[in-house]
Amino acid sequence: MMSSFWSIWITVLTIVVIAGCFILLRLVSKNTTGVEEGKSMGHAFDGIEELNNPLPKWWSYMFYLTIVISVIYLALYPGLGNYKGLLGWSSSNQSIGTENGIKADSAAAIELAVKEGRWVQYDQEVKQADEKFGPIFAAYLATPLEELVKDEDALKVGGRLFLQNCAQCHGSDARGSTGFPNLTDNAWLYGGDLATIKTTLMNGRHGMMPPKGGLPIDDSELEGLAEYVVKLSGREHDAALAAQGQGSFMKGCFACHGMDGTGNKFMGAPNLTDSAWLYGGSRGVIVESIKNGRSGVMPAWKDVLGEEKVHVITAYIYSLSNK
Amino acid sequence: MMNHSQPQGADYNYTVVRQFALTTVLWGIVGMSIGVLIAAQLIWPQLNFDTPWLTYSRLRPLHTNAVIFAFGTSALFATSYYIVQRTCQTRLFAPKLAAFTFWGWQAIILSAVITLPLGLTSTKEYAELEWPIDIAIAVVWVTYAIVFFGTIVKRTTSHIYVANWFFGAFIITVAVLHIVNSMAIPVSMFKSYSLYSGAVDAMVQWWYGHNAVGFLLTAGFLGMMYYFVPKQAGRPVYSYRLSIVHFWALIALYIWAGPHHLHYTALPDWTQSLGMVMSLILFAPSWGGMINGIMTLSGAWHKLRTDPILRFLVVSLSFYGMSTFEGPMMAIKTVNALSHYTDWTIGHVHSGALGWVAMVSIGSLYHLIPSVYGHGRMYSTQLINVHFWLATIGTVLYIVSMWISGVMQGLMWRAVNSDGTLTYSFVEGLEASYPFYFVRFLGGVFFVTGMLLMAYNVFKTVKAPKESLPALAEA
Repeated sequence: MMSSFWSIWITVLTIVVIAGCFILLRLVSKNTTGVEEGKSMGHAFDGIEELNNPLPKWWSYMFYLTIVISVIYLALYPGLGNYKGLLGWSSSNQSIGTENGIKADSAAAIELAVKEGRWVQYDQEVKQADEKFGPIFAAYLATPLEELVKDEDALKVGGRLFLQNCAQCHGSDARGSTGFPNLTDNAWLYGGDLATIKTTLMNGRHGMMPPKGGLPIDDSELEGLAEYVVKLSGREHDAALAAQGQGSFMKGCFACHGMDGTGNKFMGAPNLTDSAWLYGGSRGVIVESIKNGRSGVMPAWKDVLGEEKVHVITAYIYSLSNK
Repeated sequence: MMNHSQPQGADYNYTVVRQFALTTVLWGIVGMSIGVLIAAQLIWPQLNFDTPWLTYSRLRPLHTNAVIFAFGTSALFATSYYIVQRTCQTRLFAPKLAAFTFWGWQAIILSAVITLPLGLTSTKEYAELEWPIDIAIAVVWVTYAIVFFGTIVKRTTSHIYVANWFFGAFIITVAVLHIVNSMAIPVSMFKSYSLYSGAVDAMVQWWYGHNAVGFLLTAGFLGMMYYFVPKQAGRPVYSYRLSIVHFWALIALYIWAGPHHLHYTALPDWTQSLGMVMSLILFAPSWGGMINGIMTLSGAWHKLRTDPILRFLVVSLSFYGMSTFEGPMMAIKTVNALSHYTDWTIGHVHSGALGWVAMVSIGSLYHLIPSVYGHGRMYSTQLINVHFWLATIGTVLYIVSMWISGVMQGLMWRAVNSDGTLTYSFVEGLEASYPFYFVRFLGGVFFVTGMLLMAYNVFKTVKAPKESLPALAEA
């Protein structure tokens, strides 16, 4: 809500401009030039003369018409400063109840808008969508995930929701990219059972490895450590260097990644013995990961999409690696 | 054809006109070629050669700045300096200041060519240049105003010709827009932060942005039109009274239209409504200019058959009429809900930029260049004709492909399944746009090819011996 000074200022300026156009059009429609219509105005500029032709009729009518439409529009909708418009329309409930401390988008704001006879477009559209689509998703939520994964239609809906909301990071094909997990390879940081996937989606995750795991590891040990990690993943390696690295590993890496390097799903510590690499599996990248640590965030979706939609997406994600 | 020889006794300053006319052609080729390159990058992304300063994000502002401020504004400088002298029957005021505007403006363009690819940007669309360059622009612009209005003041004619009303409005308003929108707090030599924040910043930006279109790309070029159309057609201006109504209504309404760039955003509802209704009323005054231009041809229509320069001017007016109908329509909120953020907007801009701004400038330059170099005509009328067709086909390819692509994107983005989920992902919309991106690229190639022919034709005209290119006899 702006102060009444600005409200009046806007209203007056608007009326002056629109009325001014109207008056100008009326005045110039009459021939007051003292020159006969169709004749030259009598001045020439570098040889260019100007004729005193009347305004084209169709053009003047069109001009009047747009003025009339605009006046009607400004009577119906907000436009003239603080004037609300005859329809009581507003795009959102943002400004409703701000004087008495009611928060925008709160149930109280929506209620107050209805009580005041306002037609808030956003509220109305959300209401319509909830009425139309709400029952579909409520039915999905009522279906246990174990059954939902067998429902082809539900998986299609989940796939569309995935493309709209998840593909930005995990890719249209759900194979992820550097720093964003591949969801199709059955290599799970936090676990791939239905309940865990849903928890991950609902509350998000924050995967964090401190530089060198927070351990007293010297830069000179990094090469050996990386070699040991390469050995763990079952690749060709330099046995002597890996053995040296194993010593460093025993300084504490096992606390998260496990004695055998298979990781720990409770804290999202990656399994080092498989071929899935979140940030890359080359020796150079492994050294970088250990040296500088890593931090990855999966946002929480429960307040963005709601549990109903998360439920359906869970089924879809599960289906990607459990055909 | 008109006789281009100077009236007896008049001694006009054509040096600065010549300079700006030639740089218009040069910057036109540069700006449009960059446009073609970034159009190609949208199809073949590897064309950025993994080089930061060749990426789309840095070249796109360079393209817009080059075509608006280097090509378009040089054309406005050239034609306004030419027209104001001839219609006021007096020499340009303060020739040294006029020379300063030329060299100053070229220095500003060069600094844009360097800083934008380096990624130095204020991030405000069409106002990306950083604060030291902004200050330079303000200085050159105020000098321009002094030269222009100084010439008006010392005119020897009793009235001020309509073309100069439009140039005057354009010069004053662009100064106000530029200075207000560029207000910023510098934090280092090449970094500043806008004085405004949030929705206010967005509103100031689009008040500037839309009126750059309204006053620079519309009012300024209408000034050009009001001289070169009657001159080239050899006919009087159709209606003096129409020019009065449409001039005053146009400048009074345009300044309100900015909020239509921010429909369905955090901008307050009342602002959006006002932006929409003012844009709607703006339709009639915009068309006033087109009607006055096209009706000026009454009695001279047959000249279109033989005179490609006149054809450039008339077709530019048709594109002007088309985009000024399209603009108010797109400003209606419900239409905007479909068109906004799609390629339709890009198509709309280019129907104005290529069809109107570039074509009216090209037509005007083909008239002006022989005149300021003491010739009766351009070196080759046939090449002008080929240029005309390349430009027209290029423009049509560009805008039609973007219309189809834009409407398609708008429909795809809003398509909803029976379960309320969106039917298409963003990538699917992008994939569907590729064929149209190719047609757009092709349109751009046509347009630039025409500009290259123009450069050749201009070169041959400028180099031609005195009196070797006499005006053709009236057909």
